Amino acid sequence: MSAVWIAVVVASLGCYALKLAGLSVPAAWVEQPWVARIVDFVPAALLAALVAVQVVTSGNELVVDGRLAGLAVAALALALRAPFIVVLVLAGAAGALVHVVTG
Amino acid sequence: MPADRSRTVRDSIGLGLAVGLYGVAFGASADAAGLDAWQAMVLSVLMFTGASQFALVGVLGAGGSPAAAVGSALLLGTRNTVYGVRMAPLLAPRGPLRRAGAAHWVIDETTAMAVAAPDRETGRLAFWATGASIYLGWNAMTLVGVLGASGLGGTAEAALDSVVPAAFLALLWPRLRRGFAEHVVQRRVALGGAVVALALTPFVPAGVQVIAAAAAVALAGRPRREVPA
Repeated sequence: MSAVWIAVVVASLGCYALKLAGLSVPAAWVEQPWVARIVDFVPAALLAALVAVQVVTSGNELVVDGRLAGLAVAALALALRAPFIVVLVLAGAAGALVHVVTG
Repeated sequence: MPADRSRTVRDSIGLGLAVGLYGVAFGASADAAGLDAWQAMVLSVLMFTGASQFALVGVLGAGGSPAAAVGSALLLGTRNTVYGVRMAPLLAPRGPLRRAGAAHWVIDETTAMAVAAPDRETGRLAFWATGASIYLGWNAMTLVGVLGASGLGGTAEAALDSVVPAAFLALLWPRLRRGFAEHVVQRRVALGGAVVALALTPFVPAGVQVIAAAAAVALAGRPRREVPA
C-alpha cells in the first residue's frame, strides 16, 4: 500500500472517529470554553495557511507566479459576492492568462 | 407542519446541488495533487467532510508528508466532534448502529440545517434530508471533478493551480465576513496563520507549516467569560 493510500485511509477513519466521538462522549468533556475557543478558530488559521502555501510556495521556496493573480481575482469576486463557480472560473482564467502571457 | 417539512426538503436538495460544485473543485484538486480517482472517491465516501479533504490533498499537493496531511485533516475534523455534541440530544440515535450511521453525516451543513429548524421533528428531517442530498451530490461531483481534471493540458493545469487556492479562499471567506461570530478575531487569526505558514516554509518539511499555523489560534485570546442566562 502506497503512502498516499495510507494517508487517505488513516485520515478518513480518524475524521470518522472524531464525528462518532461527538455523538458518544459526555457533553461536558467537549463543552469547555477553551475547547470551543480552539475549535472555533482552528479553521481560520489552517485555511488561511493553506491558501498562502498553495499560492506563493513551491516546495521550500517562496514563488510569485500566476497563482497570485488568480487569488487576487478570487478575493475581488468573493468581496463582490459572486457565486462560488464564478469565483473559481475567474481565478482559473486569471492564472491561465498569466501562464500564457509569461510563457 | 407539512409546509415546514416540504421547505426543509427543498432547501436540502438546493444545498446538495450547491455543495456539488465544491465536489467538482475537490475532485479537480485531488487530481492536481497527484491522487488517482479511487483515492479521491474513498475520501469523499469515507471521510466526507470537505475542509479536511481539501486540507489533505492540499498538503500532499504542496509536497507535504502523509503524516502532515493526516494531521491537518484531523485538526479540521475536530469541528465535527463539537457538532456531534450539539446534535446528540436532537438526533438521540437509538442503538450503536444508528449512532454509527448518523455520525457519518455530522458536518457543517447538516448541523446548520438541523439547528435552524423550528422544532425537533423538523430538525431531524433536516439532518437526514440534508445529509442524503449532500452525500449524493458531493460524491457524484467528486467523480466528475477528478475524471474531468485528469485529461487537462499545460494551460488548463495552470488554471487549475489558481482554482485550488481560490476554493480554499472561498471556504475561508464566510468566517471573515461581517456577521460571522467574532469576525474581527477570525481575521486576525487567519492573517496570523498565513504569516506563520509562510515564515516557516523555507525551514520545515512541506506541509508541517500548515499544522504549525494552528498556533495562530493563540491570537484569539482567552475564552470570554460565560454570561449567565
